[in-house]
Amino acid sequence: MRKKEMLAMLLAGGQGSRLGVLTTDKAKPGVAFGGKYRIIDFPLSNCINSGVDTVGVLTQYQPLTLNQHIGIGTPWDLDGLSGGVTILAPHQKTGEAGDWYSGTANAIYQNIGYIDHYNPEYVLILSGDHIYKMDYSAMLSFHKKNKCDCTIAVMEVPWEEASRFGIMNADESDNDRIYEFEEKPAHPKSNLASMGIYIFTWSKLREALIADNKVHADSDFGMHILPAFLNGGATLRAWRFKDYWKDVGTIDSYWLANMELIDTVPEFNLYEKFWRIYTQNNHQPPQFTSVTGDIKRSLISEGCQIYGTVKNSVISKDVIIEEGAEVYDSIIMENCVIKSNSKIYKCIIDQNTVVDENVTMGVGENIANEDKPNIYNTGITVVGNDSYVPMGITIGKNCVIYGETKAEDYPGAELPSGKSCVLKEEEL
Amino acid sequence: MKAVGIILAGGNSDRLGDLCKERAVAAVPVGGSYRAIDFALSNMTNSGINKVAVITQYNLRSLQDHLSASKWWDFGSKKGGLFILSPFIGPNDDNWYRGTADSIYQNITYLKKSNEPYVVITSGDAIYKMDFNDIISFHEEKGADITIAYKDLAGTSKQPRRYGIMQMDEDGKVIDFEEKPENPKATTASMGIYVIKRNLLIDLLEKTIPQGKYDLVKDIIKPGRNVLKVYGFEYKPYWVTLNSTKAYYDANMKFLNKDIRNLLLKEPYIYTKPKDDPPVKYNATANVKNSLISGGTIIDGTIENSVVFRKVVVQQEAVVENSIILESTVVGKGCTIKYAILDKEVVISDGKSVIGTPDEPAVVAKGSVI
Repeated sequence: MRKKEMLAMLLAGGQGSRLGVLTTDKAKPGVAFGGKYRIIDFPLSNCINSGVDTVGVLTQYQPLTLNQHIGIGTPWDLDGLSGGVTILAPHQKTGEAGDWYSGTANAIYQNIGYIDHYNPEYVLILSGDHIYKMDYSAMLSFHKKNKCDCTIAVMEVPWEEASRFGIMNADESDNDRIYEFEEKPAHPKSNLASMGIYIFTWSKLREALIADNKVHADSDFGMHILPAFLNGGATLRAWRFKDYWKDVGTIDSYWLANMELIDTVPEFNLYEKFWRIYTQNNHQPPQFTSVTGDIKRSLISEGCQIYGTVKNSVISKDVIIEEGAEVYDSIIMENCVIKSNSKIYKCIIDQNTVVDENVTMGVGENIANEDKPNIYNTGITVVGNDSYVPMGITIGKNCVIYGETKAEDYPGAELPSGKSCVLKEEEL
Repeated sequence: MKAVGIILAGGNSDRLGDLCKERAVAAVPVGGSYRAIDFALSNMTNSGINKVAVITQYNLRSLQDHLSASKWWDFGSKKGGLFILSPFIGPNDDNWYRGTADSIYQNITYLKKSNEPYVVITSGDAIYKMDFNDIISFHEEKGADITIAYKDLAGTSKQPRRYGIMQMDEDGKVIDFEEKPENPKATTASMGIYVIKRNLLIDLLEKTIPQGKYDLVKDIIKPGRNVLKVYGFEYKPYWVTLNSTKAYYDANMKFLNKDIRNLLLKEPYIYTKPKDDPPVKYNATANVKNSLISGGTIIDGTIENSVVFRKVVVQQEAVVENSIILESTVVGKGCTIKYAILDKEVVISDGKSVIGTPDEPAVVAKGSVI
């Protein structure tokens, strides 16, 4: 086995429960973004664009979508002869019952064997939750040049938001050496927020993982490993990242980040040549816009057939918008059909869903969802994957629909704002 | 596997003018995302033929670039493969290919090292979707030596005198074959798709080529029809070949027609080399009607009845009508493009016009700046 200087471990096992019905049967990194992509495409593409050709993807929660999407890694050129992408699911070990991944560091601990196999100098820890383009090789150069044991990518966030993040207090006069780490501090001393992206010198991390897992059953980077490094006198430095970076962890932030792509000159540019984002290609033909189609300020993916009106929206691949249908301020994911004369206002419709004729969705008062007010409260109505909305129904704001609903599921042909119509039993 | 495939992609391409100055006909971009040869390649893979040779000698670069990996068409298996066979200099002072039969003969090892019973030969410059299993079944039913797919051109605008015209008896046996006849006696045109037993093809080539006869149709099939059982297999669905600039223009425009568009949209799919383009971006002033648009394109202007390839930019107040815009071309502000074919990487400066006619679309060569 050829020795790797650095390999990446991508934590993709989290549910992302604040994305509500979108993560019912797929982990957050598997959620679609920006038309044709899935969230995990961003860190995976960053890896290969940065020359990191060995990536372990740690899955746990609903991994099917991710497994199918990643396959053998062909779209990202991660199917080479050495390294490539490996899906690392929780597994049994000799003489033990086998454990779920109980924490971020525990997940890495359980895969020490995988990392040792490549005998790397450094290990890059990533999460599959963010939209950004980053050159990890620049971060590694910083790590090596400053002889760090651990380098943490940080962003300057607005001071008023700093108490929502893990904050790094770093000494600027000493190349941003971190002297203190505070998780969501009430009175932040700095606005350098951890991005959850770490480079560790592997020998140091390996020791720490083994030690910490003897103490903490839910060994976590932020809670245990970083403090242990700090207290043990290791060299931790903050590496400042100044480009676009978005956490799309809530329905609202997810919607907003998609909408920002529509701007004439978007802050996050998918159209540049030298840092391309790769994704699974399923032989989609070009998209077709008919004589009756009317599209403004929107992203339309390959394979779509647009016969209706689409404004301020992001449309994934193979979507059909029929004649007379109107879609505004919405995200429609792959393989959906919006049938004729239906009107969709500020909705997120997950993949393989059919909205039948004459449906009006996303109108009325902005009342937070009754069942999940903390998830659905910004006026966005969300329809889960593989769902069906029958003809002629009027649907309010902050509604949730999931499953093949029938007309009788909607008394008075209506689903008022804040109500849910969820047929599948899974916890939302 | 029942057959190996051969795609004859080495053709002379004068008839496509500037479009083929730097590329083989098989490599011309069609349908927004594809190159002509994708249809032959996809038909092969969708018919379960996973060992395919592309024989080529004219302007290889763009074709080889396109065929850089066999996995895009699923030819990457151990038993299959995609072979690009171009002329080479060997110990016997081999030549440029002197004809279609010669081009196969010079690569006869490909046939000899295979063990599939049949060979399916097709050209690389036709737009169609065919299950080759149908013609192989027909071939077996008839006990034929050679089966040729044909298309009846009656009722179409295609002129039989530009095709190989074959006449069949009631059983489908070919009784007459004329290459581009002045006065065609029939409208049934050869599609240039042949099924033949692999061993028979090897025999015929080894007999014919040493006599200085190099053409598959003229020197093997035509004379062979008296001694061999040569059958015609009628193919009714859509089929066009890119044999002129006008045909190229029309073939692209046809994709705006719903039935033809479904060739691309419905299974089995046509595969191509993936390009990882982002979605099409429609800005606030975009106005698009009846058009096919490929990934990475950014639209601020008006596009009607057109086929637009990847990474094209159409700026504000530009009007593109009834045109074909190839990859990475920029149409500047206020331009007017009508009945035109803009090749790749063309720049139309602000306010300029390119206007052709339906019968003679204007062609702007690759990389031009207007």
